Amino acid sequence: MKRIYVNEKWCLGCHLCEYYCAFANSGKSSMVKALKDHKIAPRIRIEERDNISFAVNCRHCTDPLCVKGCISGALSIVDGAVQIDSDKCVGCYTCILSCPYGALSTSNEGAIQKCELCAKNAFGQPMCVQGCPNKAIVYEER
Amino acid sequence: MNYVIIGNGTAAVGTIEGIRAVDRDGAITVISDEIYPVYGRPLISYLLLGKTTEDKMLHYRPADFYEKNGVKTMLGRTVTKIDHAAKNVLLEGGETVPYDKLCICTGSRPFVPPMEGLDTVQNKTSFMTLDDAKRLNNMLGETSDKRVLIVGAGLIGLKCAEGICHRAKELTVIDLAPRILPNVLTEVPAAIIQRHLEGKGVRFILGDSVARFDGNTATLQSGATLGFDVLVVAVGVRPNTELAADAGCEVNRGILINNCSATTVPDIYAAGDCTVSHDISADTDRILAILPNAYLQGETAGRNMAGGKASFDKAIPMNASGFLGLHMITAGSYDGEQYLEQDGENYKLLVTRDNHLVGFILIGDVDRAGIYTSLIRERTPLDTIDFDLIREKPQLMAFSRAERAKQLGGAH
Repeated sequence: MKRIYVNEKWCLGCHLCEYYCAFANSGKSSMVKALKDHKIAPRIRIEERDNISFAVNCRHCTDPLCVKGCISGALSIVDGAVQIDSDKCVGCYTCILSCPYGALSTSNEGAIQKCELCAKNAFGQPMCVQGCPNKAIVYEER
Repeated sequence: MNYVIIGNGTAAVGTIEGIRAVDRDGAITVISDEIYPVYGRPLISYLLLGKTTEDKMLHYRPADFYEKNGVKTMLGRTVTKIDHAAKNVLLEGGETVPYDKLCICTGSRPFVPPMEGLDTVQNKTSFMTLDDAKRLNNMLGETSDKRVLIVGAGLIGLKCAEGICHRAKELTVIDLAPRILPNVLTEVPAAIIQRHLEGKGVRFILGDSVARFDGNTATLQSGATLGFDVLVVAVGVRPNTELAADAGCEVNRGILINNCSATTVPDIYAAGDCTVSHDISADTDRILAILPNAYLQGETAGRNMAGGKASFDKAIPMNASGFLGLHMITAGSYDGEQYLEQDGENYKLLVTRDNHLVGFILIGDVDRAGIYTSLIRERTPLDTIDFDLIREKPQLMAFSRAERAKQLGGAH
């Protein structure tokens, strides 16, 4: 299946992926409404140091430790992608303990949040990929 | 192929999903003395806290899980004997169920030490099952006027305290150990969580124990007396090994299994809290009664039962837990060189030994802790990463560019 892949050689460290992610999952109709005066909590995050930068989000592992260790069954694989049922999640953070990539994060609502490849929002296609100006983030089969 | 699973917790789900990853057709029968479909046991404290509901709990897997996986359930039924020569299990009432491959997922039960006068206490419960949670819920009632005494300051006792703190007039936790969470935390982080819970109204009595009960009064070893209305006994758990031992499986506190989750008796596997695991962080055998471990052992058992090849050799102790807003994530063992950072309620301890990360404790800021867990689990040599960066925070930046290319760009 198609997944998001990151090539750090092309990453400019511009953080646009984070803004597009926050916008895509905000439920708002415009980027301004979604982002202006908000502290964003994106599901993709840039690591940067010296001249190196790269984006990290859920790898949608075929053998996901987060799903297997989830105490509530809130995490599951849907059509190959790891999805979170926020209503079932109790916020125990066992998935944060388990994920080798540090790809799940806390949210203000109590449940954890993670990349769902924009499958559940209005866009349907990963917006971080759309927003990346240098093709450092791609959505493809490998 | 005819598969039988005794027990219906997380290890059983792992076994079912492991079998079905290899064999779509064989018959699977799950026998459990509990009447419920599978639920995550650690959720019972969140149920009392109001963060989940019984209905959501009972949907740990979708409602059609058993049907979709071709699993016949025999719930509310108790297995009394495994006859490994005849390859069947005997149920209470005399019925027998034959098997080709059997998995024992019998879990653990509360350990209730002999305590003088315990039989004189009217409102008492353990805290392990959904029925325990319902019992406690009824005993607390609607009026928030009960004085609750919890014996045991381990994870079960403290999660129980978190769950019912808002519904008790007084809540006291007593433990013989000098600190809370003695099996999970060292002194300083234990004190941080203790202070946090005290700030929420939980009272602790440590280094003392109940000498005897007399109705609603506990007399402590120190001579003090304590009145209470509801008693929760959360001293610890013991693996349910009797069926396995009786069938000839080697048992040493828990059921002994190899990396394939096979017991010492042919065609009998075991997984979860009833087994002994090999903790690779301390290179010792111990009982790791934790949910992710149960799933992974079960999945490994299932795949092997169905003729596949699977091995699980990465067990480590690990826990993620919140206590009324303060989060804790721990993993591994704490014997080694220690790297410590503390800032108020934020606490970070990393422990290394022989060029490996072997353990950590994070309180407060637990962001991306899994990167640390993975270093322990994968036994990553620390001289292959930038340890200064890992000490600073969990980050993929600490890995080599080539390793990162695999992590973020590699095919799955």
